[in-house]
Amino acid sequence: MKPLWIIAKRELAGYFSSPVAYVFLVIFLLVAGFLTFTAGAFFERGEAGLGAFFGWHPWLYLVLVPAVGMRLWSEERRSGTIELLLTLPVTTWQAILGKFLASWLFLALALALTFPVALTVNVLGEPDNGAIVAGYVGSLMLAGAYLAITCMTSAMTRNQVVAFILAVVLCLFLILAGFNPVTDLLVRWASPAVVDAVAAFSVVTHFDGFQKGVLDSRDLLFFLSVIGFALFATGVIIRGHRAG
Amino acid sequence: MIRIDNLVKNFGAKRAVDGISFTVARGEVVGFLGPNGSGKSTTMRMITGFYPPTSGRVSVGGHDVTEAPLAAKRLIGYLPESAAAYPDMTVEGFLKFAAAMRGLEGAARTKAIARVVERCFLGSVLRQSIDTLSKGYKHRTCLAQALIHDPEVLILDEPTDGLDPNQKHEVRNLIREIGRSKAVIFSTHILEEVDAACTRAIIIDRGRIVAQGTPHELRAMSASAGAVTLQAQGATAERLSALGKVESLDGAFRIYPRDASQAAALAAAVIDLVSREGWKVQGMYSERGELDEVFRRITLPDTVQK
Repeated sequence: MKPLWIIAKRELAGYFSSPVAYVFLVIFLLVAGFLTFTAGAFFERGEAGLGAFFGWHPWLYLVLVPAVGMRLWSEERRSGTIELLLTLPVTTWQAILGKFLASWLFLALALALTFPVALTVNVLGEPDNGAIVAGYVGSLMLAGAYLAITCMTSAMTRNQVVAFILAVVLCLFLILAGFNPVTDLLVRWASPAVVDAVAAFSVVTHFDGFQKGVLDSRDLLFFLSVIGFALFATGVIIRGHRAG
Repeated sequence: MIRIDNLVKNFGAKRAVDGISFTVARGEVVGFLGPNGSGKSTTMRMITGFYPPTSGRVSVGGHDVTEAPLAAKRLIGYLPESAAAYPDMTVEGFLKFAAAMRGLEGAARTKAIARVVERCFLGSVLRQSIDTLSKGYKHRTCLAQALIHDPEVLILDEPTDGLDPNQKHEVRNLIREIGRSKAVIFSTHILEEVDAACTRAIIIDRGRIVAQGTPHELRAMSASAGAVTLQAQGATAERLSALGKVESLDGAFRIYPRDASQAAALAAAVIDLVSREGWKVQGMYSERGELDEVFRRITLPDTVQK
């Protein structure tokens, strides 16, 4: 298991060796703040909760998570370091998991830096802190799901931009499947069972529960399966390149 | 240390490696020769476990690369053709990473890094980030990575590519030195390197082994091997033609042996003839044969020979 952590450590250090990580963190916090306080009307709601904050996360992550993960494999392939990495004594899975965990940890750090929002609601009112913790857990799972999908698209191409766009499109599908305007459209011509089945694939549907403070094992399982499936697909793609 | 059995690799419909078999023992340095696209790199990538073979087997130190990849990879140090290294890392950081991945820690790691830094002359760039290095330094950084765990098996894909003549010389010396106690395979298309560093050379073309042997044996396959060039006053092509086919050069004659078995005796026969005829010798030397001639004859398509 050790090589996994060495790879994760190298990858994480890679984020901070250039200004990109700091720029990302600042942008993430600014946009999250803007969406929460201005677009989400945090104060006008008069609620002691973080609905205005978490509600935006599926959309916020849609652009920012693929930006964090797009280079993971495409850059290794473009520069040829993948040959070096995979001929070291590691398994492909260790390499995939190591890289994924490093990026997930970086996103967790970005998320952790939003703690002043949680402090603010606690100063202004008496929120349900259990719901806030559940919201953070859900948000982290959501980021993980998007990131795993980005890993997969990143393994498909040498071009980071292509990886980014593919990831955004795939993640957008996962949002739209359960996005109210879309499900309302579907209801008109599909049976309720079909609508429910489609919505069951959406991150929005499963993220809602977390926001309300419900840690449902089914929602957790959904995100973990998306992560598991996307990382498995990453492995298949990487093996596929080498098998010729 | 390395055993390769009937190795085949297809890329789609194209067969890149077509049934290659050979072994490399400890203490051998095998030079891998062949034109571009002949399957050298593909073979090396299969030995290091990067490409899974379509069929055939590779075993390194008794471990099958497909079935026990980790055990095999631990024994191997590999310099890929791209000589790629993570550009955002410093040379030191990169070597620390490589050492950690090889399970080296603490004092052993410090020692290993110091050893390869000295061997690959990286002392002056240790804290520089890799993307600011010149090609030669990048190449040597990647070479240092391959040597960090003092591997039993060293696979080097064009180790001297992009180096200046001094660095080439150093790397060849390094390969020869390591080859005394380890098994080494390196690919090149610089033929002098075969003489400079190899104990054995394998020429591959279109995915097959077309010739192999010591540099001496390969050279003997050359048409000019054993030919004697003579520059002497009074010498005539007519008299010399008794010994073999004669070619008139500018003021000199080159006598080719009739067949390989006669080659060794040819020089003595020429000296004999010279003393009998009383010619005044100005120069005389024996050709060792040209590797590049052998290489061209073996690897050029048949149409060119006709």
